[in-house]
Amino acid sequence: MIRFLTKGLLRDRSRSLFPVLVITLTVTLVIFSIGFMKGTMNSLLLDTAVILTGHEKVVTRAYNEESQLMPNDLALLDVDQLINNLEQDYPEFFWSPRITFAGLLDVPDENGETKAQGPVLALGIDFFSDESREVEIWELERSLVSGRLPENRDDALISSKLADQLNIQAGEQVTFIGSTMDNAFTTYNFTIIGTFNLRKGQTDKQMMLVDLSGARAALDMDNAASAIFGFAHSLYYDDEAAVALRSKYNEIHSDSLDIFSPFMLALRDGNQMGSMVDISNAMMAIMGGIFLVVVMVVLWNMGLMSGLRRYGEVGLRLALGESKGQVYRSMISEAVIIGLAGTAMGTGIGIALTYYVQENGIDYTKGMEALSSSSMVAPNIFYAQVTPDLFYIGFIPGVLATVLGTMLAGMAIYKREMAQLFKELET
Amino acid sequence: MTNDSVVTIQNLVKQFPVGGDFFTALKDLSLTINKGEFTGLIGPSGSGKTTLLNIIGGLDSPTKGKVSVLGQALNDTSHGERARLRRKYMGFIFQSYNLLPVYTVFENVELPLILNKMDTDERRSMVEQAVESVGLTDKMDSRPNMLSGGECQRTAIARAIVHQPALVLADEPTANLDAENSHHIMKILVRLNQELSTSFIFATHDEKIMAYLRRIIHLDDGEITEDEIIDNPKARD
Repeated sequence: MIRFLTKGLLRDRSRSLFPVLVITLTVTLVIFSIGFMKGTMNSLLLDTAVILTGHEKVVTRAYNEESQLMPNDLALLDVDQLINNLEQDYPEFFWSPRITFAGLLDVPDENGETKAQGPVLALGIDFFSDESREVEIWELERSLVSGRLPENRDDALISSKLADQLNIQAGEQVTFIGSTMDNAFTTYNFTIIGTFNLRKGQTDKQMMLVDLSGARAALDMDNAASAIFGFAHSLYYDDEAAVALRSKYNEIHSDSLDIFSPFMLALRDGNQMGSMVDISNAMMAIMGGIFLVVVMVVLWNMGLMSGLRRYGEVGLRLALGESKGQVYRSMISEAVIIGLAGTAMGTGIGIALTYYVQENGIDYTKGMEALSSSSMVAPNIFYAQVTPDLFYIGFIPGVLATVLGTMLAGMAIYKREMAQLFKELET
Repeated sequence: MTNDSVVTIQNLVKQFPVGGDFFTALKDLSLTINKGEFTGLIGPSGSGKTTLLNIIGGLDSPTKGKVSVLGQALNDTSHGERARLRRKYMGFIFQSYNLLPVYTVFENVELPLILNKMDTDERRSMVEQAVESVGLTDKMDSRPNMLSGGECQRTAIARAIVHQPALVLADEPTANLDAENSHHIMKILVRLNQELSTSFIFATHDEKIMAYLRRIIHLDDGEITEDEIIDNPKARD
């Protein structure tokens, strides 16, 4: 009987090909939409993570208390050892030191006199280590407006907005005026080797990027760092995992009585990011939920219609002596097979499409340029994100809804009088 | 019930709920149909002939009275037991053929044997025999949409008799056919009746069928008004 029914299923395209195509298309849409929503939300979080918070951030307890003042006198010491320990204990993240400092940037003229001067927010990041992914996560190759990336300790990149403000060209030397980590006055010369535009509104208005070694030299911060940033290798922020890791780390390593003991913060712990993460999760849950429900209704209806249009066949099979249970079970088995085939194909195509957009993104630069006067911080290129749940989420509408629809249609077999089914054969 | 009877009905009443009341389709009806009979239930629309056929086929239940088919009291049997009775001992022929469109003639005829879990070789031989008996050997691999109305009904007949049932129930089997095809179909059924001793019960008001029947039970308003035995049916001559 199974072979007989399979033969019929394969021959009747309206029972096999068409439903499989509908399920494939629907599951593809579900997976891509959810992947794209997650990717977009993650892009928004990643921008903040790269500049301010990391997915995780390790600072001293004292630094955390005064973080808005960028108190490098409270910075982490013996950073190499700390990073080694973090890499060993938490290999699911990559760890990178960061020095955040501020001061004045002095631009001299040909006589060494001040030509222009302005406040600067400088970030010392690890450009030179082989394993460093800073250039990648900052998307600096794409953000570079002129010049090149730093190759020497004293090389610096400044934002094109700051370059315009101070009228600096690539190749010019500037002097940073600020204080060391011991609160001593310091001046340090950097060579501007390029300009960048992060395309994130006013975020990079006064920004200068230097290598960690240059920042350490300028601020006398040998083997010290304001913070150690940690990012998941996939760059996808998993709030639950991040919070669990932060709690575990602080329980083991942080001493509430020692203000210089390391203290880990998850992305949600800073700058009201917790609310942002919660809103983002809620939005995704609501949008994803609505989308899933709509898709389930479509597939449920398809299962229902597909069952109902086989009333004649069902009536005949009952008249020929199949029991109601046998007919019902065969309809359900058919729906499961169709659902599984469509879902497997839809999941494959959906994940491939999501992965493509994860790697290449969808460029909204022109649209975002129209919003250049807006203060909204938003990325120009939106990426999708392949997450583990995308591998199984399609089964909810693809198999469950289809089978439920068929089950509902099949219930009619039990509810209707046999003679009624038989009579319908004559219509 | 005698050893020769295939259907025994005693004081059968069938009522259908209509609004808050009941419509009585069959009123205190009793009859016996014996093995090998070629019987017609004749009557106008609404006389209760299809209802009676459904009850004999175990597709509907009596409201009152006793119905025994092939020695089994239908009042006491479950859905599953009635399904088994139909599967093994009954064949059905419908007015609109009800062939499954995605299957060939061979496969349509094969279905009752698959339901009876016969092995492949036995199935092939029985299907070929049934298809040959209705003269469709050359159409074995055709699908229903490639057949004429008469050929479709002959396929349906092959399907009804392939498992050599004791009883075939036919509801208006010639209603969709022209005169020539109707006579052809009826001649096939008469031959099968004689060769296999299969009992046939028709629900019909087609004059052409009546000419072949050996027994005609007239129904009107749910009651038997006449039960005629015909020794020499006109069309068989």
